[in-house]
Amino acid sequence: MNSYPENSLVVQDLKVSFQETDGLLQVLDNVCFSLQKNEFACLIGPSGSGKSTLLRALAGLIPYESGSIEFPEVHGRKPRTGLVFQKANLMPWRTLEENIALPLQLAHTPQAEINKKVKEMVELTGLQGFEKSWPHELSGGMAQRVAIARSLVQDPDILFLDEPFGSLDELTRERMSEELLRIWNEKRKTILMVTHSIPEAVFLADRVLVLAGFPQGIVLDLPIDLPRPRDDELRYTPQFAQAAATLHEHLKL
Amino acid sequence: MAIRTSTQQESPIWQRVTRQRWILPLISLVLFLGIWQALYLLLHLPTFILPSPAIVWAKFLQVLTNGIWWHNTSYTLLELSLGLFFGAVTASILGYILSKTPTLEKLLSPFLVGSQSVPVVAIAPLIIIWFGPGLFSKVLICALTVFFPVLVNVLVGMRQVSQDLRELMDSFKASKWQILRHLEIPASLPVLLGGLRVGATLSIIGAIVGELVGSDRGLGYLINLGRGQYDTALVFVAVFSLIFLAASLYSIVLFLERRALKWQTWQEI
Repeated sequence: MNSYPENSLVVQDLKVSFQETDGLLQVLDNVCFSLQKNEFACLIGPSGSGKSTLLRALAGLIPYESGSIEFPEVHGRKPRTGLVFQKANLMPWRTLEENIALPLQLAHTPQAEINKKVKEMVELTGLQGFEKSWPHELSGGMAQRVAIARSLVQDPDILFLDEPFGSLDELTRERMSEELLRIWNEKRKTILMVTHSIPEAVFLADRVLVLAGFPQGIVLDLPIDLPRPRDDELRYTPQFAQAAATLHEHLKL
Repeated sequence: MAIRTSTQQESPIWQRVTRQRWILPLISLVLFLGIWQALYLLLHLPTFILPSPAIVWAKFLQVLTNGIWWHNTSYTLLELSLGLFFGAVTASILGYILSKTPTLEKLLSPFLVGSQSVPVVAIAPLIIIWFGPGLFSKVLICALTVFFPVLVNVLVGMRQVSQDLRELMDSFKASKWQILRHLEIPASLPVLLGGLRVGATLSIIGAIVGELVGSDRGLGYLINLGRGQYDTALVFVAVFSLIFLAASLYSIVLFLERRALKWQTWQEI
């Protein structure tokens, strides 16, 4: 079905449940939304509303019961997806650059091409000089940069981020948000990012989707019409506060 | 503001000497030889009870030049290498299969627990009875001694593989083989090598017990031979060779461990 040429993801009536030992645990139902090409969307919701589950279903890590997840073709091929977890999830026995190279190695990419792409990612994420470092030598923020570089190295069309900065301190978190915007500007991807921070969502996104718990689905689809490029100043404008207040209102349900 | 200037001072000679890693072991070795020689001189013991270091050394040179030493040492070495290799390889493969089939693991768990408490050397005589005094029975004893520590450690190591990294590999659509190669092997290698280190030391005991029970070649045979002929110096040569062999084997495994785990140098192995 290619009736949404501008969309890069269409989700309809998605239903996800887990088979637990004591019965069926229903997590998601009636989830409908679509993402436009190169759009930056944030998914926000109270804890337990199934944000991570939704992202995992979209990334193909868990099966869904009914409904549909469609990725319209880009340039006549299936779009590639990338996923960044809350934890950096680096392999401790691989150096920084070897960690970035992992997805390419798994896809049997020639070594010369791997080197070239890894170098490009290291530069994009500002990790120059640390190529040979071991993960335990990196700070939390740097480790998360590596995770982002690793997810970008295959040049995905859609990037799913699951609270990628959730474990970072406030300042690092804001810095990383700005970095992410810069990368998004440079690379132009469709991004869907789960977060539990209202300011983060407003600062980053073109659109914020609010997911309420089972069986409500997406209860609010809020466009954020703030000018880009965005910088720190924006956080103190009335429009920013307005959007944050609206989201806050819907999260209190 | 306090400024700390260089506190580097000329350290005393004693400290500078002891900082060399090899110096203290060497001192203790020389002391050991000295006490041994002194005991020999003071107690006037007959040579078949306690030979002097010089006599043992002469014996060593003798068996070295007439080829007896290498003839027997190489045999023990062969038993050990074959036993270690086959024991570790089969234990790793079986450990991997068991970790993937929990039912089978539960089925075999009484044996796994039992194997941890019964030393394989205890059944060494049985193995000699069943398989004869040849090379095979000794290799089998070595293999069995190394088998269980490695098997148990592979199971533990596989269980330790992070679920998050498994999910990461899934998100890259990695194949089973890729997960094994890029995740499961490197993640469980530290524990596996720890098992190999324990197993390697134990397997030497296994080989010697096997040779003592029944053999016509090897360091254990040499010990038996020396004892039978009241050639105590020969027993000493064989025992020191064994110590040397055990220490070398341990160092090799430790070296492999350091090489494979250079990413966790921050953690004392």
